[in-house]
Amino acid sequence: MSVDPSVETSVRPLLAILASLLAVPLIVASDRRPNLRETWSLLAAFVKAAIVLSMLPAVLAGQTLVCPLWQLSPGVALELRVDTLGLVFAMVSSTLWVLTSFYSIGYVRGAGEKKQTRYFASFALSLSATIGIAFSANLLTFLVFFEMLTVATYPLVLHKETAEARRGARMYLAYTLPAGLALLLAVAITWSLTGTLEFVPGGFVSTAHGSPELLTALFVLFLIGVGVKAGIMPVHAWLPAAMVAPTPVSALLHAVAVVKAGVFGVLRVTGFVFGPGLLSELGLDTALAWAAGATVLLASLLALAQDNLKRRLAYSTVGHLSYIVLGAALLNVWSWTGAILHLVFHATMKITLFFCAGAIYVRTHKEKVSELAGIGRQMPITMAAFAVGSLGLAGVPGVNGFVSKWNLLSGTALGGEHLLLGVLALSGVLNAAYFFPIVHTAFFKRSDAFPSYGEASPLMLVPLVITALASLVLGVAPDLGVHAWALALRTASLVTGGPLP
Amino acid sequence: MTTPMPESALPILVTVLLLFGALATVAAGLVRRRLAWPIAFTTLVLVLADALVLLATVVRGGPVRHTLGGWAAPIGIEFVVDALGAFVVVVIAAVAVAVGVYAREAVRRENPDQEVAFHGMLLTMLLGLTGMVLTGDLFNLYVFYEISSLAGYALLAVGDRKAPVAAFRYLILGTTGASFYLLGVGFLYLLTGSLNMADVARLMPGLVGNPALPVALALMIVGVGLKMAMFPLHGWQPDAYTYASSTTTALIAPIMTKVSAFVLLRLIFFVFGVDLVTRLLPAGWIIAWLSAAGIVVTSVMAIAQRDVKRMLAYSSVAQLGYIGLGIGLANPWALTGAVLHILNHATMKCCLFLVTGSVALHARRTSVAQYAGLGRAMPWTFASFTLAALAMVGLPPTNGFFSKWYLLLGTLRAESFGLAAIVVASSLLTAVYFFRLLERIYTAPATGADLPRGDASLTLLAPTIVLGVAVLALGLGNAWIVTQVLQPSLPGATRLPGM
Repeated sequence: MSVDPSVETSVRPLLAILASLLAVPLIVASDRRPNLRETWSLLAAFVKAAIVLSMLPAVLAGQTLVCPLWQLSPGVALELRVDTLGLVFAMVSSTLWVLTSFYSIGYVRGAGEKKQTRYFASFALSLSATIGIAFSANLLTFLVFFEMLTVATYPLVLHKETAEARRGARMYLAYTLPAGLALLLAVAITWSLTGTLEFVPGGFVSTAHGSPELLTALFVLFLIGVGVKAGIMPVHAWLPAAMVAPTPVSALLHAVAVVKAGVFGVLRVTGFVFGPGLLSELGLDTALAWAAGATVLLASLLALAQDNLKRRLAYSTVGHLSYIVLGAALLNVWSWTGAILHLVFHATMKITLFFCAGAIYVRTHKEKVSELAGIGRQMPITMAAFAVGSLGLAGVPGVNGFVSKWNLLSGTALGGEHLLLGVLALSGVLNAAYFFPIVHTAFFKRSDAFPSYGEASPLMLVPLVITALASLVLGVAPDLGVHAWALALRTASLVTGGPLP
Repeated sequence: MTTPMPESALPILVTVLLLFGALATVAAGLVRRRLAWPIAFTTLVLVLADALVLLATVVRGGPVRHTLGGWAAPIGIEFVVDALGAFVVVVIAAVAVAVGVYAREAVRRENPDQEVAFHGMLLTMLLGLTGMVLTGDLFNLYVFYEISSLAGYALLAVGDRKAPVAAFRYLILGTTGASFYLLGVGFLYLLTGSLNMADVARLMPGLVGNPALPVALALMIVGVGLKMAMFPLHGWQPDAYTYASSTTTALIAPIMTKVSAFVLLRLIFFVFGVDLVTRLLPAGWIIAWLSAAGIVVTSVMAIAQRDVKRMLAYSSVAQLGYIGLGIGLANPWALTGAVLHILNHATMKCCLFLVTGSVALHARRTSVAQYAGLGRAMPWTFASFTLAALAMVGLPPTNGFFSKWYLLLGTLRAESFGLAAIVVASSLLTAVYFFRLLERIYTAPATGADLPRGDASLTLLAPTIVLGVAVLALGLGNAWIVTQVLQPSLPGATRLPGM
């Protein structure tokens, strides 16, 4: 192996995973001392975020950090690698985990949830798996963490242990386990055909490895494998059902970590396994783009029909995830930049909305959209944050959602997919249609249901204000802070081979 | 072979230790009952130590032999041990030690009247099983086969009221199986005039085309397959496992069928030769497809069970199917998966059966419905159980995942997408019965009054935890075992490229 000066061995990616993994036994051991237990969660979250962020300067300087561990199977190592795409995903998940940890404490105590130890332990384990996914250097390592995430989040969906929670959890497994097996099969076939599993920008599978039919089937297997977590229709139904989980879980896992692990998988498979060349040769890019386009529209329509606030948010997530899939499928610099930016920006906006939904639930025990008229008077800050998130998701300039959507639109136009351009535009309108009425009635309708002023506890309020402000700031200066813009652009040009604009 | 294989006393030491250990256990037990377990357990620890030294020797210096009584093969009997054989002996000894820790309390509580005889029989059965692995002689293998079976009948008959009937059924079938095997050996002896495995293997190429050869092969496969509970010869197994005492099941389920699988592998790859079995006769494909059918059918049966032990028994047959599948496919990846699964399934199934034993003793619960709410009552026990269950489903990074990974690569190598689909789909079936159970264990309200507060005693608990951790460690470290131990001792044609 030649010595590449831009590749540096570092133990930091491993430490980032271990930070929350080691917190798990500590959390379990502190079962009877809730304050100590929550200290471990917070400590792990801060340490993890710090480690992940500490890698940013090196990666921005063009370096790739690697941490080869040991062989998992002859010829395939358990290996971590921090590249631009992985770092973006890891930064989003780990920084938002810090906020979610505070919020979680406020939520589970406010809502009087049972079995909090199991909750916090599973949460920490999920985050380890998520960072593992982000930093996986090859498909087998990716698969290991991807399945770990399934197992770690199962108890969180099941958390309330009601009949509905059991149904949701079973549904979750019924979708994710077969998906994991499809992914396993796909990885095994890839290994059999190519003899390597290492992610390479631009892909490593080519027509020399198999017939077009076989490669198409392989791609479909991959898509089933990662697409279930990414909520691509028709395999999205687990996500609304999983909304039975406590709201912080929905916020971080079902708007950021788990579902983004799915779309991250789509990005890895399209950009780093198959590559733009092969995909367009097989004509799979257009097929995927249309599947994503259809999902965007259908999910937005279904969101309109939901009265349960969290379910409405879930369908909205399904739609927005497919924005990212669409960007990945179009395979040009702008679409990829937009996709990666949306991975980040959708996270800040959607987590804000979920945080708001949770705050409302803890304060008022209301879960339905139709019951929220007038709530703006009781919880003005919460609902203002909600308004910010809504505007962003609808793509209104000034909020970060506009920036990612602008790039996606440019990419779609560049790809010559004018019909899909229409789909995106229409989806913006639909987003407005399912979000704005909530905001409108919250502030402009009077109701006796909310007589007095009262926000949720600061533990919940502060995080949601921070994410809302972050959405606004990133809307004006998208490269501020974690340099999501620069990293997205660089990934996009690496994968698509397009010049840096 | 140019250089003669080095002699070593390590293989025969295993047999000697177990033989005299068994005698000493019974003799001392007649004087004082409480002496039986310490002697038996000390023997097991010594055997494990010997097996580890043997494995280290073989991995470093290549196969060793021991010529019994100084009579040179092929006239005399010899023990021949390569890394693969030593590996299986280590697995047997390690599982035996784990179960041995558990057995002290469990045997005293479950069948106090037979305590002495039980420990003696346990060692005798292990004597037979290790002998089957170590020997290089076809007839000697039959002798060890019968020793282990006879001890097995006795052990399985101790348990529930229904246990003797189940054991009797196994006795009839087991004896039939042994006779089949012996007939096969007879055929081979008539053809070759030799009983030494290496010698027979050497003479094999001259026999190709002889019509008696397929008959001998078929007889031997059926004979071994019966003891292996290879589908559809598994009928004796669920009853026998379900009604036996927990110690017996925890020992027999992980080991006995695996040893038979190892013998099958020996016969196919070292005696008959992989070429003969896969190319000239379709035996490989028959084994592979029968195993695949077995995986599906018995997994469905497992889903239908209400008793946890019985569910695990059916699941054992299914898991044996993975090993059979790997042997039948006879390519490097598949074989790696099969051999690795001997170890992997031994650890996870032993853990699961030990948990059912602890639960039966400590919480007096046996059915799937009764397991409700136990996760909170016995947290550590069920933490191990959960790990082992995840391994059974094949979720990474547990060891079960990697067995499946290699097997899957094996089916793809054989370009059999049907078998690949079955390997994948069977995971889902396994997931159904394990997650159903886990959901109940952790979320359903407990039933019955006498819910225990806390785990069983340390001697019952410790082995399950060790095995639970092993499930993870063996998963993460599997490549080391594969490259260092398994690959060097697989037949040349079935090694991975570059090994």
